[in-house]
Amino acid sequence: MCRIGAIKSKVAFHPSLALHLMLPQQEGHDNSGFAMVMQDLEGVFAKYKDKPLLSLACTQKGAAMVEHFMETNNFTPLYEWIPRGVRQPGLDIKAMPYYIFRVYDYPEHYRTATQEAKEELLLDTRLALRELLEKEENGFVYSFWPDVLTLKEIGDPRDIAVYFKLWDNTGDLMAKNVVVQCRQNTNYEIVRYAAHPFFLQGYTLCANGENTFYTKNKEYQKSLHRGYIGFESDSQNFLYTLHYVLKVLKWPIKYYKHVITPLPFDEIAKRPDKRELTAIRQSLGHLEINGPNTIIAMLPDGRMMTCCDSKKLRPVVVGGDGTTIAISSEVCGLNQILPHRNQELDVYPNEREVVVITRELEVERWKQ
Amino acid sequence: MEAVKIQDVSVNDLPWKIQYQPERCTMCGSCVAACTFNAIEVAMERRSITVSTGHQPEPSQRHMATPVIKQKAAVANACVGCGMCEKVCPNNAIKPMRNPDSRINCLNRSGGTTVKRGGRASLNSADRTLDKIVVGRISQMTDPALDSERHTFDILAPFGRVLLPHELPLKSNGEELTLSGHTPPVRWIYPVIFSDMSIGALSTRAWEAVALATAYLNEKHKLPVRMCSGEGGMPVKLMQSEYLKYMILQIASGHFGWNRIIKAMPHMKVDPAGILIKIGQGAKPGDGGLLPAAKVSKTVQSIRGVPKADLLSPPNHQGLYSIEESVQKMFMSMNAAFKFRVPVAIKCAASATSVSVYNNLLRDPYKICGGFFIDGIQGGTGAANEVSLDHTGHPVVSKIRECYLAAVKQGRQGQIPLWAGGGVGLTGNAAADAFKLICLGANGVFIGKILVQLCGCVGNEHGRCNACNTGNCPAGICTQNPRLVKRLDIDKAAQNIVDYMLALDSEFKKLMAPVGNSSLPVGRSDALVTTDKAIADKLAIQYVC
Repeated sequence: MCRIGAIKSKVAFHPSLALHLMLPQQEGHDNSGFAMVMQDLEGVFAKYKDKPLLSLACTQKGAAMVEHFMETNNFTPLYEWIPRGVRQPGLDIKAMPYYIFRVYDYPEHYRTATQEAKEELLLDTRLALRELLEKEENGFVYSFWPDVLTLKEIGDPRDIAVYFKLWDNTGDLMAKNVVVQCRQNTNYEIVRYAAHPFFLQGYTLCANGENTFYTKNKEYQKSLHRGYIGFESDSQNFLYTLHYVLKVLKWPIKYYKHVITPLPFDEIAKRPDKRELTAIRQSLGHLEINGPNTIIAMLPDGRMMTCCDSKKLRPVVVGGDGTTIAISSEVCGLNQILPHRNQELDVYPNEREVVVITRELEVERWKQ
Repeated sequence: MEAVKIQDVSVNDLPWKIQYQPERCTMCGSCVAACTFNAIEVAMERRSITVSTGHQPEPSQRHMATPVIKQKAAVANACVGCGMCEKVCPNNAIKPMRNPDSRINCLNRSGGTTVKRGGRASLNSADRTLDKIVVGRISQMTDPALDSERHTFDILAPFGRVLLPHELPLKSNGEELTLSGHTPPVRWIYPVIFSDMSIGALSTRAWEAVALATAYLNEKHKLPVRMCSGEGGMPVKLMQSEYLKYMILQIASGHFGWNRIIKAMPHMKVDPAGILIKIGQGAKPGDGGLLPAAKVSKTVQSIRGVPKADLLSPPNHQGLYSIEESVQKMFMSMNAAFKFRVPVAIKCAASATSVSVYNNLLRDPYKICGGFFIDGIQGGTGAANEVSLDHTGHPVVSKIRECYLAAVKQGRQGQIPLWAGGGVGLTGNAAADAFKLICLGANGVFIGKILVQLCGCVGNEHGRCNACNTGNCPAGICTQNPRLVKRLDIDKAAQNIVDYMLALDSEFKKLMAPVGNSSLPVGRSDALVTTDKAIADKLAIQYVC
């Protein structure tokens, strides 16, 4: 079972806070990797909030291929931040040669395009880059989106933090939202893409648990959208469904839970909106999940949310101090980073509940 | 001396031989009275016995004419091994024994006509695919297994056309979705349907027993099982009652009974559960139906509005020559007849072309086909030609899988629910068969033969009885002979079906719990494994050894 976490704050913070959230929970993760998605960036990226940021781990050849591809496709590089790894002996890390975080400007003819068109372009570009690098394993593209940075690495999170100097708060790498996990996947062989959190068009998602409907979810999602690829982890299904419900179908957020963990038929029958819920349940039956899991997600507008499987077999807790709110598998993580918060106000969402943290750090919760 | 008649039929040529012990027989005559096939008779035999009646042994031989029970040496009266004689004999003096030296295959075509048999296919019945598949993905550590005794399960399957999510007429105000406009009717029912066996094929009492069990399961146990009427309609009283909501009305190629259904429509208090258009059946694919005149009783005549004659249903719906035409004419008119409130599904025999039919239906622009029922080779209970039973048809398992995967390719799985039948419960365990078929992509299954067996049918896959077509059913299930029909205890038969379904429901839970699912695992092929490489390859499930 994994442990997952997310932090949202009114003031930008350094990723070391995410490590402090996760490390006390280490009996629940095997220290086999570290991955995080940062959003609402400050520090070195503060000036480029509306420009797409490419997050990439690659070989030298891969870097050249990406550079060439982006140039050919009329993206102009604006700024790049390349962490210089601390290559000291004894570190448990399977590092790639290069980690590139590069801000681009849109191709000229896209600068006046609609938001929708830009979003499609960014997705297509990331998919094309992924395909390009995948052939000879020259690299991994994690995200290409404005104001979003993704870092994934295999190894012990502490050593990874040493390598990337994540313990030292230099003020370079700062964000107001972070979703984080300290583990590689166990379902299949170690694959960099398989590490949580997953990202698609502004949607970030981390899950703790098992999706027993993985096969039927995957079989259905494959035909729904060109961005639904990979399936290196059964938790990717949760992200794709989130994206499908909110972005493709454009349904209100509360229907995500009705799709992944539909109410039993006899409960639907008692509700005033039974016609809608029945139609959704029967139409989207193949996106139901039935395994034990907890989901933490970050939406393109910066809101964070969490919800659980319909039996509440995986833990999660939400706590905050007014300036910073964190969602975490275990309360010990919250105690570490928010020791002075009022613990009585902590929220332990139940199986039919959704908790959303708004941009203003208000905690909304509702019953499915 | 009489000449030896070598071409005469002897008892040793017949498939079953009566084993009779005259010393145990009290000549009560029960066995002869019980035998509906007229296979045994009372005869006189000249017997020689040695007796001694005095104080000292004084054996003397006596010759006498003794009455005995004797098997008739005639193909028309061949014993079918039903064992009624044994059941009624108070002294264990008589029973049928299988005759391995039978020449029946040659003999019973001697009249130049095909051999008919009750619908029991024998292909692969000892070597079934479903028995080579087990549920191999057991939740333990990564995801906990559920407690089948205490957890609640949502065991329901759709009957009706399901729309793709973007086709739903949903409007959003940013907070809520509202359904505006019509969506095709979908009923969520128990994933086991009592298959279409008509009044006529079944005796009125047997049909009543199944209907009684259906109502009882719904009303008393809240198990929403649906029953299909079979071709030929049903009693008007039932059509005008609340219980119609548990019934699926069938229209088949003979269109029998529809006159009365249409006349009853204005008086229906509730809608039926659905309409099933029968194109073909697993027992005799591509062959029509036949209710022999012998079984067309007064009741059948009045329900169907026909004289006492052989009732033939053609092998296809006359006047329809394509799937498109069928969708436009038949589905449209059936939907319209019930004002688009009742789902309309189709039943075909499994065939190498089933996937084409399914693909066609998936593309139906009117989105009105509410289910695809595939009937496999091991299905059927009615009269069928032996040659059809044994040599035509298609197994249902791979066909369900192919149809499901064809839908997956188009992202349309679940749109037209798949229902599988034909051999479900063949070995007595319908829950396991249904569960595996559901994991392979079916939404539910339909069962027929096992219901008849629960009523008391003694026929089996090894040629025992199988005389459903003769009108002589010794259990009173497949006959209209008033004397035989009375043998069936309706309440007991219904009770057996109810008990079986309750056990099946528990068994479903016992299978869903270990894989950690509280709703039906449709398409969860990852849960299944097989030790047979060919099956693994064909069905795209895991090979294990």
